[in-house]
Amino acid sequence: MDDLMTVVDWSRWQFALTAMYHWLFVPLTIGLSLIVGIMESIYVKTGHERWKRITKFWMTLFGINFACGVATGIILEFEFGTNWSNYSWFVGDIFGAPLAIEGLFAFFLESTFVAVMFFGWNKVGKGFHLAATWLTAFGVCLSALWILVANSWMQYPAGMEFDPAQMRNVMDSFWDVVFSPVAVNKFFHTVFSGWVLGGVFVIGVSCWFMWRKRHVAMAVSSIKVAVWVGVVGILLTIWTGDGSAVVVARVQPMKLAAMEGLYHGAKGQSLVGFGVLNPLKEPGNDEPEMLFSVDIPKGLSILANHDPESFVAGIDDLIAGVSIDANGDTINTISYAERIARGKASHEALRRFDEAMAQGDTAAMDAARADIKKDFPFFGYGYYDDPKDLVPPVGVTFYFFRVMVILGGFLFVWLVGMWFAAYRKPTALENKWICWLGILSIALVWICSEAGWIVAEVGRQPWVIQDLMPTRAAISEVQSGSVIATFWMFAAVFTAMLIAEASIMLRYIGKVTKSNDEF
Amino acid sequence: MLKRIKRGASAVWRFYYDGFRNMTVGRSLWILILVKVAVLLLVFKLLFFPDVLKRDYPDDDARAEAVRQSLSHPR
Repeated sequence: MDDLMTVVDWSRWQFALTAMYHWLFVPLTIGLSLIVGIMESIYVKTGHERWKRITKFWMTLFGINFACGVATGIILEFEFGTNWSNYSWFVGDIFGAPLAIEGLFAFFLESTFVAVMFFGWNKVGKGFHLAATWLTAFGVCLSALWILVANSWMQYPAGMEFDPAQMRNVMDSFWDVVFSPVAVNKFFHTVFSGWVLGGVFVIGVSCWFMWRKRHVAMAVSSIKVAVWVGVVGILLTIWTGDGSAVVVARVQPMKLAAMEGLYHGAKGQSLVGFGVLNPLKEPGNDEPEMLFSVDIPKGLSILANHDPESFVAGIDDLIAGVSIDANGDTINTISYAERIARGKASHEALRRFDEAMAQGDTAAMDAARADIKKDFPFFGYGYYDDPKDLVPPVGVTFYFFRVMVILGGFLFVWLVGMWFAAYRKPTALENKWICWLGILSIALVWICSEAGWIVAEVGRQPWVIQDLMPTRAAISEVQSGSVIATFWMFAAVFTAMLIAEASIMLRYIGKVTKSNDEF
Repeated sequence: MLKRIKRGASAVWRFYYDGFRNMTVGRSLWILILVKVAVLLLVFKLLFFPDVLKRDYPDDDARAEAVRQSLSHPR
């Protein structure tokens, strides 16, 4: 068991490291492609050459980021096959379609139109070039869609039926997979947050030019475009974040409870604005949940259900299977003890299916198949004996949720403030403190974006597929030593690459800063 | 027809060739991309990241059986 948990933990760390590294590039690609598209549209509409130069500058940064991000996602697929073979087999058919479409779109749209974007200046018509730029931005979003559809299926498995003969989930409704409420919210929340990141990045780099008093006109023009993208992006991110909270409350209530450090829910449940968790608090004990907190009355009920008087279940409520319906009546949902029993029953049925299959007894196979199907929604619970093991890491989920929300709040204020500065009081943009805050905000927006993913992924533990497969069952029969060794190899290679990539981008910005070419 | 295809292919080739030659920050980027792809695909994939089920089992039936055994008999 110790070696199994070591393999599970190190495989999780490795996947997290790889995914977080990949995620450094993706949101900037999403945001910057939109901004470059807008800038080039201004150039095509006005015909002013300075907008062409501005577009080319940001397009070059987009290209550096794009090239640095190339192939970083493919490492995740390596890990599926090596560290997570049970998982990749179990979900194979569901992931196959979205990832194949992603591959096709990524290859054809991005590789074709990115080339036209970079090599096509003065070689193709203005309109065609602009179309290529917008198609690249569209292709980037479409690629993101299919990856997020696959991720959303893990959070909310839908549109499939489990086939014990193939040991795979077979897709029976492509549209249920694509248009699941989790997928729709996750896609828009992610893309809009990419707009925020792109906007903050452009403002931050422009602030560098303002601080150095170089290419000021270009910087101000860039900020004027970026603040629009950023403000629209942050408003839509807040809106879709609200939608995500409602969906999480419905399909992953344990994640929501962990995000709030909530053990005993109530009607008109308050939201913890800021607080410190009690480290002694565990499911089932009488310790207070928080050492200190600043609460927003009825906030969580509004966030989760858009109803200030509604009930929100806590961790202990969910384990006990207690909830309160819309009429205020106490109802019993399925307790975790019962889920565990039903999960174990489906495992037993699977063993019977296996024996019947070996004997070629089709009647017994059909009977076992029916039993598996009956309890399959709780299949993953069968790997546990203690409901406490089914609670996600509350501390990580709670604090990173606050990191995301607090930084998101700062970015909202920052972007709205920069919008007013850019359009109503441009002299404020020359203030050195504003310039430094702009540069600092580049780091903050990335921390905010990564924190969002940490909440989404840590908050759904122990599940790799919600309710169906925990991480400990998803793992391959590999030695812990090899996972640990490859983790450190990845860490070393990623660090080296990140330094090289950041230095290329910084060198280019530095070169333009010193250059006397007019913007 | 063949001439038109040849002319088209040649134009595409020139488009990419000139594009790559005239890239301003391209050289360092291309070195980085090539090193990265080589490390990821040739070193990591070939040496450290085999597809475990494909490596250890001959066909899909055997792989399904292995996963069934693993999932129905928790460690």
